[in-house]
Amino acid sequence: MKEFIEGSRAVAEAVRLCKPGVISAYPITPQTHIVEELAQMVAEGSLNSQFVNVESEHSAASVVLGASATGVRAYTASSSQGILLMCEVLFNIAGMRLPLVLTCANRAISAPINIWNDQQDSISMRDAGWVQIYAENNQEAADMHFIAYRLAEDKNIMLPVMVCMDGFILTHGIETVDIPKQEEVDKFLPVYSPLYKLDTATPMTLGPLVGPDYYLETRYAIQETHKDVLTLLPKLAADFKAVFGRDYKNLLIEEYRTEGAEKVIVAMGSVCGTVKTVVDQMRAKGKKVGLLRVVSYRPFPYQEVYQALKDIPKVAVLDKSVSLGGYAPLAVEVKAACYGKKKTPKVISSFVAGLGGRDITVESIEEIYRRLTTKEVNLDFIDLKPELLKEKYGQ
Amino acid sequence: MFGPLTTKPGTSKANKTGSWRVKSRPKFLQKNCIGCKMCTVVCPENCIVGKEKNAYYCEYFFCKGCGLCANICPKKDILMIEEDKEEKEKK
Amino acid sequence: MDNKPLFIAGHTACAGCGQSLAARLVIEAAGANTIVANNTGCLEVFSTAFPESAWNVPFIHSLFENCAAVASGVEAALKFLGKKDTTNVIAQGGDGGTADIGLQALSGMWERGHDILYVCYDNEAYMNTGIQRSGLTPFATNTTTSPIAEKSFGNPRPKKPMPEIANAHGIPYVATASAGYPQDIQRKVKKAISIKGPKYIQIHVPCPLGWRHESALTIDVAKLAVETGLYPLIEYENGKLTARQIQPKPVEEYLKTQGRFKHILNNPEAIKQVQEVADRNIQKYGLRLEKSA
Repeated sequence: MKEFIEGSRAVAEAVRLCKPGVISAYPITPQTHIVEELAQMVAEGSLNSQFVNVESEHSAASVVLGASATGVRAYTASSSQGILLMCEVLFNIAGMRLPLVLTCANRAISAPINIWNDQQDSISMRDAGWVQIYAENNQEAADMHFIAYRLAEDKNIMLPVMVCMDGFILTHGIETVDIPKQEEVDKFLPVYSPLYKLDTATPMTLGPLVGPDYYLETRYAIQETHKDVLTLLPKLAADFKAVFGRDYKNLLIEEYRTEGAEKVIVAMGSVCGTVKTVVDQMRAKGKKVGLLRVVSYRPFPYQEVYQALKDIPKVAVLDKSVSLGGYAPLAVEVKAACYGKKKTPKVISSFVAGLGGRDITVESIEEIYRRLTTKEVNLDFIDLKPELLKEKYGQ
Repeated sequence: MFGPLTTKPGTSKANKTGSWRVKSRPKFLQKNCIGCKMCTVVCPENCIVGKEKNAYYCEYFFCKGCGLCANICPKKDILMIEEDKEEKEKK
Repeated sequence: MDNKPLFIAGHTACAGCGQSLAARLVIEAAGANTIVANNTGCLEVFSTAFPESAWNVPFIHSLFENCAAVASGVEAALKFLGKKDTTNVIAQGGDGGTADIGLQALSGMWERGHDILYVCYDNEAYMNTGIQRSGLTPFATNTTTSPIAEKSFGNPRPKKPMPEIANAHGIPYVATASAGYPQDIQRKVKKAISIKGPKYIQIHVPCPLGWRHESALTIDVAKLAVETGLYPLIEYENGKLTARQIQPKPVEEYLKTQGRFKHILNNPEAIKQVQEVADRNIQKYGLRLEKSA
């Protein structure tokens, strides 16, 4: 049923339809509305779930870890500092191959403390072993939760999935979202049956000490499984379309008006909506521009990205996070995807924008297309205010 | 694909920790035992077996020779004797 | 309980390890219908090195500081599955994992009222990493991070009062126990799991390596800690205190059994300060057994 609702509410409705047995979370802006909605559903009895209010994000992640290990579908959500506090548990969850789903309401990292949107939090967890998919709008953010559980709990995958949605822009944005019927979700997402679990009928030891003779294989196995995720996501997109009617192509990348384009921006998340608007306006004026949206950041679809970009002369990668002291995280992957190939873009320039909630406007995107010339630039910050950089230390 | 994730329960008996013994091992005299079970209660290895008095014995494959059983025995019916290399290998 | 051993031989604890002894007593008392969540530490390392495990019950280890939260998740999942009434949940860790790095998660577990027994195996230092002082290391102890030298005569602070911290959470059962009193450990574990809600038992477990005593003396050393008043055996049932009475022995009898206190044996002032710790315990918990005819 179509509803005009806040993004957080849409995600909460989607999570309810996934019927998690245990939910645990710690409040952090801008994730709060999601877990408030879920707490309300549990309180009203419209969601049969154990809602565990914890004393930190570290414990929120640990509670869902314990619940998942006991064979129950579990859910948590967080943001920013919360994701960072969860860090060691997130690595642990992936290492233990527990199929959890976490919503990351993307937000900047302190210091300076800043509650507004960028993607530094989830990007900082890129090496944890989690699958990371980035939503462009609230319909997609909601739908990605059905896909996330289906993917995570696949017997050949058994990896946790982080659904990333831009804080405030999506979590607090109100859009029309089609909330599916329970029967449809049940058709797409079967009841969770774990490969192994904590059960007194069949005792086993989870989380053993694994020495040099065995550890390497645990990492290799996760690396290989991420390849399987790349194969499975397009199949899930097809299954999803068959049940719900919405077409997410291959859930790896989305090409928007890239045919015959001379300049393409590569980006992730809600900013792609703005880029599409600019692309439409510029195309109307005869400018050959397009957008490549990366949907799955982990695993990174190198092959698909390369195929989409190989005939594009000039590529601009727009990052909403940084790897201070190094190249920007999305730009690194795009360049790696094209490295060593015979036919590649002549220019892959890297731009950083929107950190700490600085609006990425239509003008910002136009500026990126302007700065994307035959001269390759790297780590070009958009919308900088030079007057603020004249401050002396401590003044 | 999966790597080592779980271990089967109760499998540590593959470790024959008895090879750690260097100085001494317990000898169960089985003469004055009153079947109080204290030797089994305090054994950190859980390697002392027995139910009837004068019938308790030690699984030397696992005994690390800590001496707690001899120390707690109220009848001094367990002695710590010098580790005999040949006998150890036989067991 | 007798038919299947729940914690078996082949684990790689040091000879005479008080923790391995206590861990077996705890799980035997709790029984086979128990799920264990364990913090990182000696116990987890010596009992679950892949591909082996000493545990015959479902066992999970996640991280150093989160077993109370992992156990909370296990308990919540059991409730969801309708299995909580037939399954015990034990969370357990060492003194560092409990009183230092894991205290926040543990406090959360208590405050939320989960039906979980938390067991702290208190060997009074970070033994797994090589005898560094923790919040439960006693006053004057020589450890690798509270060493003895010109400007230091060991750990400068007394033990963090964990039983009181637990009791202040208003939980229904708090107890201390000792490897020196095996039957008492099992009695307290059985009592704890018969009570609904969060429970805390802290067991004094000698570490022959870290405390520097002969492995055969584990029980004796643990007993002396109780008999001197340095490790009172107490229970709080819904806040009501009961304690095991003693005829207090001087603390030197305990201190002289262990290398970690060797440096203060010739230091009457330091011994006096340790005696004051014992005396405070004796008074606070009413430990002194009144001599009667």
